[in-house]
Amino acid sequence: MPNISRDEVAHLAKLARLAVTDEELDVFAGQLDQILDAVAKVGEVAGDEIPPTSHAVPLTNVFRADEIRPGLSQEQALAGAPAAEEGRFRVPRILGEEQ
Amino acid sequence: MTAVAELMDYAEVIERFDPVLGLEVHVELSTNTKMFCGCANVFGGEPNTHVCPTCLGLPGALPVMNGKAVESAIRIGLALNCEIAQWCRFARKNYFYPDMPKNFQTSQYDEPIAFDGYLDVPLDDGEVVRVEIERAHMEEDTGKSLHVGGATGRIHGAEHSLLDYNRAGVPLIEIVTKPITGAGERAPEIARAYVTALRDLLRAMDVSDVRMDQGSLRCDANVSLMPKGTSEFGTRTETKNVNSLRSVERAVRYEMARHGAVLAGGGTIRQETRHFQESDGTTAPGRTKETAEDYRYFPEPDLVPVAPSREWVEELRGTLPEPPWERRKRIQEEWGLTGEELRDLVNTGAADLVAATVDAGAEPGDARSWWVQFLTQQANAREVELADLPITPAQVARVIELVKSGELTNKLAREVVQGVLAGEGEPDEVVETRGLKVVSDDTALLTAVDEALAAQPDVAEKIRGGKVQAAGAIVGAVMKATKGQADAKRVRELILERVGA
Repeated sequence: MPNISRDEVAHLAKLARLAVTDEELDVFAGQLDQILDAVAKVGEVAGDEIPPTSHAVPLTNVFRADEIRPGLSQEQALAGAPAAEEGRFRVPRILGEEQ
Repeated sequence: MTAVAELMDYAEVIERFDPVLGLEVHVELSTNTKMFCGCANVFGGEPNTHVCPTCLGLPGALPVMNGKAVESAIRIGLALNCEIAQWCRFARKNYFYPDMPKNFQTSQYDEPIAFDGYLDVPLDDGEVVRVEIERAHMEEDTGKSLHVGGATGRIHGAEHSLLDYNRAGVPLIEIVTKPITGAGERAPEIARAYVTALRDLLRAMDVSDVRMDQGSLRCDANVSLMPKGTSEFGTRTETKNVNSLRSVERAVRYEMARHGAVLAGGGTIRQETRHFQESDGTTAPGRTKETAEDYRYFPEPDLVPVAPSREWVEELRGTLPEPPWERRKRIQEEWGLTGEELRDLVNTGAADLVAATVDAGAEPGDARSWWVQFLTQQANAREVELADLPITPAQVARVIELVKSGELTNKLAREVVQGVLAGEGEPDEVVETRGLKVVSDDTALLTAVDEALAAQPDVAEKIRGGKVQAAGAIVGAVMKATKGQADAKRVRELILERVGA
C-alpha cells in the first residue's frame, strides 16, 4: 500500500517549485495517499497482457510534413516576456540557490 | 573552484585501474523544420525569430511530430544495427531551467525508437572495436542562454541570463552506448574513434550537419575507473562541452588521470557533471546531477504513439548508404592506394569527399587532386574542415567535367570553384555570370590574333622568318585580350597559321 511521507511531499513540492506550508504538507500527504491508493486499485485488475493506456484515442503515427510554417516575429515572441534585452528573454540568474 | 586537480601519471592509471566509458552523443537533425512545429531549423539567425507558440511553450499550443525527423531517427537506428521499436511513445522530462520554456523537455524515456545495436569502429591502426549501442531516442533541443555579468559568458557569477529560443525544439537524436569495458590504455583513442565513425556515418546518411563546432554533434563522456581485478563499476563523472574530436580524447584521458589520483589518495569520486575546458584540456565541476527519478517522466499526452510498420522500416533500411569505412576500403582497392595514402586522405577528411566526387562521375585522380590540393588550401584559409566548405562533391565533379570537355581551363576552373564557395550558385551559373567560358570560337580568337599581330609587326616578321618561339609574345597579347579565357595551345596554332610559318 502506498504511503507517501511528508518528506516526499516536500521534495515533490520543491521539484515543482511550489511553496507549501508545514500544515499543507500534512494535508497533501494524506490526500496524495488516497489518490495513490485509488490508482493502485487499477494495478490489481490490469494484468501484464493489458497494455497501459496513455491515450484515449486509438491513433498512431500522426506526422506533419517537414515544411516551414510562419511563426512569430521577435516582437510578437517577446510581447509577453516580463523582461527582454537584445531580442532575448531576460531571466534572473540561473545558479545561486542550488550552488 | 579553480584549484588544480591532482593527476595520476597515465601509465600508472592503466597499471592500477580498468577504465569504463559510456558515450552519449546528441545529433541535431538537418530537417527543414523543428521536431514538433513548423519553425525553420537553422543555425544562428536573429534571436527569437524562428519561434512559435509551440516551441515557446505558450498555453494551449499543441505539438505535431515531424515525419521526416522520425524517418531519420529510424534510419539512424538501422545504421547502428539497432532493433526498431514496434510501438513507442514520447515522455515529458520535467525540470525547471530557462532553456526549456515549457518546463519540460519532450523526450523518450523507457520506450526509445531504437535499441540494442552496435557500431564497428575502425581505429587508426586498422583494428576494429565493436561498441555496443544501448539506445537511440528522439527528443528536442533546448534554447541558448547568454550569461551576462561576472566572468564573460560563464554561468557562475552571472547577474542574469538572456534566452534565445531559435534552437528550442530542433530535432535531436540521443545515441547512448552500453558501458565500454576492456579498452585499457586505448580508452581515450576508442572514444575519439567512436565519435569519428559516428560522425562520418551520419554525414554519409545526410541526416545532420554533424558540426561539433556549431553544436550539431555533441558528445558527453562518462568515465569511471575500477581497480584492477574488481568488476564493480566505479562512480562516474559526465563531461560535457566537448566540442571537437580531439577534445573527446583529451577529456577522457584527463578524467582517467584525475579519477586515478583521487582514488589512489583514498578519496571518492562524486557523481557529477563536469565541463571540459578547451583552453587547457582540464575539466571543472558543473551543476550536481539530478537523479533520474527527479525528472518525473510520464507519457506525453499531446503526442500519439509511434508505431513504425515493418514495411516502412525495411523500406528505410534500403536507403542506407554504404558505410564510409567500407567505401574507403573499396576505393583503396579501386584506386590502388597504399594504406598510408588512404590514411592521409581519411585524416584530412578528403576520403569520403573524393569518393563522393568519383561517384558523381569524376576520375579518381582529378577528384583527389582537387580536394587534396586546391580545396584543402581553401579550407585552411577559412579555418574550416574540408567537409564544411560550401561546395558539394557533385559540384566539384561538374567543374572537373567542364575542364575535361575543354570548356574551362584549370585556371578558370579554380575561379569557378571560388565562385561556388562564395555562394554564387552552381558551377554553370558561376561560369555564366562571371563570363568564364573558354573562348574556343576560332572567329573570335582570330580577330584577337590579327589585332595582336598588327600591333606588333616586328614580332610577326620574326615569326614569319622562322623564329617560331617569338610567337610567345603574341600568345601573351591574345591571352590578355581575352582575359585569360582562351586555350593557349589553340592560340599558338592560329598565330602560326596566320603568319603562314
